[in-house]
Amino acid sequence: MLKFALRRLVLALLVALTVMTLSFALTRVSGDLAISIAGASATEQDVALIRHAYGLDRPLAVQFLDWVGRAAVGDFGESYFFKARVSDLILERMPITLTLGLTGLAIALVVSIPLGVLAAVRENSWIDRLVQLFAMIGQAMPSFWLGLILMITLGLNLGWLPISGTGSWQHYVMPGIVLAFSAIPALTRLTRSGMIQALGSDYIRTARAKGLSRLSILGKHALRNAAIPVVSIAAVQLGFMLGGSIVIETVFALHGVGFLAWESISKNDFPVVQAVVLVLALIYIALTMAADLLNGLLDPRLRAQ
Amino acid sequence: MASDRGAPQARSVNRPPPEAKSLLEIEGLRVTFGQTAAVRGASFSVARGETHCVVGESGCGKSVTALAVMDLLVQGAQRSADRLQFGGEDLLTLPAKRMAALRGDRMAMIFQEPMTSLNPAYTIGSQMAEVFTRHRGGGRAAALERAAGLLGRVGITAPGMRLGQFPHQLSGGLRQRVMIAMALMCDPELLIADEPTTALDVTVQAQILRLLAELQRDLGLAILLITHDLGIVARIADKVSVMYAGEVVESGATAPIFAAPSHPYTRGLLRCVPVPGKVKRDELLGSIPGVVPRIPPGFVGCGFRDRCEHAVAGCAAPVPRQNAGGGHEYLCRLAPGWAA
Repeated sequence: MLKFALRRLVLALLVALTVMTLSFALTRVSGDLAISIAGASATEQDVALIRHAYGLDRPLAVQFLDWVGRAAVGDFGESYFFKARVSDLILERMPITLTLGLTGLAIALVVSIPLGVLAAVRENSWIDRLVQLFAMIGQAMPSFWLGLILMITLGLNLGWLPISGTGSWQHYVMPGIVLAFSAIPALTRLTRSGMIQALGSDYIRTARAKGLSRLSILGKHALRNAAIPVVSIAAVQLGFMLGGSIVIETVFALHGVGFLAWESISKNDFPVVQAVVLVLALIYIALTMAADLLNGLLDPRLRAQ
Repeated sequence: MASDRGAPQARSVNRPPPEAKSLLEIEGLRVTFGQTAAVRGASFSVARGETHCVVGESGCGKSVTALAVMDLLVQGAQRSADRLQFGGEDLLTLPAKRMAALRGDRMAMIFQEPMTSLNPAYTIGSQMAEVFTRHRGGGRAAALERAAGLLGRVGITAPGMRLGQFPHQLSGGLRQRVMIAMALMCDPELLIADEPTTALDVTVQAQILRLLAELQRDLGLAILLITHDLGIVARIADKVSVMYAGEVVESGATAPIFAAPSHPYTRGLLRCVPVPGKVKRDELLGSIPGVVPRIPPGFVGCGFRDRCEHAVAGCAAPVPRQNAGGGHEYLCRLAPGWAA
């Protein structure tokens, strides 16, 4: 298992390095940074001054190494717009995004795994059809629309939950549900198909021949084998929730990393954009690695490869 | 017994006298999957400590019969029988929970596919221990100790190490030995083995068969062995039931059946087996033309008539059960001694 973990770690580091290179290169090819910082009315001299002040007149390789070296210790420079350290901006907003993402994933798992198992156990029954219909509707529902509907019903009409802001845990319930809906259809379907495959396998017949309880057959023998694709996709979904919650953060006025990304993109705040992209990419990589390790624990054959 | 399920007169006349020492009694077992009758009134019984082989081609209903006894048929299968008793329990009316309590405890089963019959996600030890703790309770440590002992008993070296291994680390032959050891965890009275050696190398096949015979002798286990291999039957069976198209067409003690096979199908099967010294060079080995037909529910008459060289128009009528003496019975219009 240790060798397996180390191999995954090396792989993750290589991917991270690639992402850093790409994220650096993209901001450089998108135009002359000094000109965009100086603004439209700047003179040639201003631009030259800014270029020197930000170190943009150095060779690209030097700039890259300098940036990587600083990023490695968490120094992403200063935001052009907020006049604050980029790392502080991100750290300040990360808890909101993490809370939201984890809430969303938790809701998604709590809903989709039991539904998927139920649909698989009652394959082709009306329950199965109902679950599949639910998954299809979930898939087709735009998240901003679901967010607004929830705000109107749960927030305004019933007054059960606050409709915006981040004051208490209640603030995360509605955006969490909306975010969960982006993952529920895929996770439900994966659980269902994985369970159907597992339940039809020879080792389940063996488990039944051993007289094991239904709970043990479903929960221990079938679900563990069905969980592997679910874990992989759930990790990707969580990454997507953390990085792609811009719409939901905007709808519910949650000032998380997604909202920060949207703000800084619209204001050409390159150090922030670069750092957010990098941080989200690193989170993705870490999540994928965590999923691989978890799957290695679930299925010993994966460790052996 | 007639193949037609609605022929009670044949059944009442031909019902064998109930054997007091029978462990498993199957009478008139029928299993249908939608429009296919997989088992059509199969009857046989297995005594305590006996090795009973069910033999026939693929698709004859052998495995389905075994799964029906264990109540492991797939969803959608319809099972019914005139009698299905195991150790005094009526399996037809036994609630699912009590049936599950019987499985793995008093009756155990091993399968044709050793490579896929163990759960890839759990260690050998975990899978062996759980059947013991489920039926006998007690701690995991005691169960693992018993598992190690049984692994040694089925000829696996270094049992302690094997307990911590996963199925993918073991060869097919080893996995089948693990399956056998796992089946023995609760000292079952009946072991059902569904083609346990078919997927294995010939040398491993012989080892597994020898092991089963030894266990049968030492533990007083009754074995219901399903196979298509008559060589296996000749070697280890006390009794044989030949199945064809969902019926037991011939049954009795092994020696008389091999000496004087009386159903045309049994004769055909035996002709397909090369016997050293009897097969001449350039002589074709026997074969039975055609394949096992798919029989719809409500089919009447002999299921073998389309492939039988002795078939006449009368074979489409309900078939009588013939008694060749000494418990040797067969289903055919031809009277005992016809082949002599």
